[in-house]
Amino acid sequence: MSLGLDDGLAGGTGAEAGGQDYLDGNALAGPLSEFSAGDLTVAEGRCENCGMTGVLATTRVYAHAPGMTARCRGCGSVLLRLTEAGGRTVLDLRGLSYLSIKRD
Amino acid sequence: MSSTWRTADVVEARFETATARTLALQFPEPVSSIGGQHVDIRLTAPDGYTAVRSFSVAGTLPPTGLEITVEELEDGEVSPYLVRDLTVGEQLEMRGPVGGWFVWQPSDTSPVQLIGGGSGVVPLMAMVRSHRAAGSTVPMQLLYSVRGPSSIIYRGELEKLEASSPPLPVEYVYTREAPPGEPVGRLSPATLMPRILPPAADPAVFICGATGFVETVAAWLVEAGYTESRIKTERYGGTGDGS
Repeated sequence: MSLGLDDGLAGGTGAEAGGQDYLDGNALAGPLSEFSAGDLTVAEGRCENCGMTGVLATTRVYAHAPGMTARCRGCGSVLLRLTEAGGRTVLDLRGLSYLSIKRD
Repeated sequence: MSSTWRTADVVEARFETATARTLALQFPEPVSSIGGQHVDIRLTAPDGYTAVRSFSVAGTLPPTGLEITVEELEDGEVSPYLVRDLTVGEQLEMRGPVGGWFVWQPSDTSPVQLIGGGSGVVPLMAMVRSHRAAGSTVPMQLLYSVRGPSSIIYRGELEKLEASSPPLPVEYVYTREAPPGEPVGRLSPATLMPRILPPAADPAVFICGATGFVETVAAWLVEAGYTESRIKTERYGGTGDGS
């Protein structure tokens, strides 16, 4: 197997490709910083659907879904949604059983 | 409006390649960044329409500045503006630096293998600069896949780092056009493995590039016996041309 390397890349980690592609959960760090001063992308979460666990930074994020939607790498279920409406940012976490972070 | 957004002054702009430009930004207060972090930039049109995109931090300008390097994507909403239109003296609305996962901490003691495709080198360069600034002695090396010599971002600085003491080992993979005497080649496990730190070194691996690049390389590494939990990836939004 060989790889035709894609070096015609987007300008950054953002959704400059118009949503044809997904990003890493890394891209959630900015929006989630509106909810917590600590970085939540290093938090480990459990998928409510399949039980897979992993840090949010490794989920697949679709940036025009609308808003931002993070899906489980294992089963594809929606783990969380970030949307903006009425001057508020809304974080819908219903696809996660829990989030855990390391204590200092 | 959230207090997480702040305004930075664009104090310098320079082209790294024909399509990639570095912007130096100054904030009204001290700013720090760990190598690998990104900022979110928000552009607002006169009619109130906003677009937010993330861009990797390329390096810091202590105490109040940092640099980003932006690769222009032709049909992008934000990157053409940042590469072509924005001028020194203007301001940008920004959130961050953020991100705590795809980062290299100078306190890390394990060897580091950086693997970048195209503008995926930007956050890796931030790690290289942080490594140098900290005087870290842990082995760090870079494999950089580019279309051709003219698309090498930070070319002059990388040449200096390769020649410095201790040197930063840099391996280039040329996918379309190579300097005389160098192969043009597609990356494969056979061409990749001899040019990176071996699994026995148990390196921390950071891979950044387009989705296909990142996923394929990460899968090869796991297959070759690298520790999966030691491989961290960052995908760019662009689909690239796939060739």
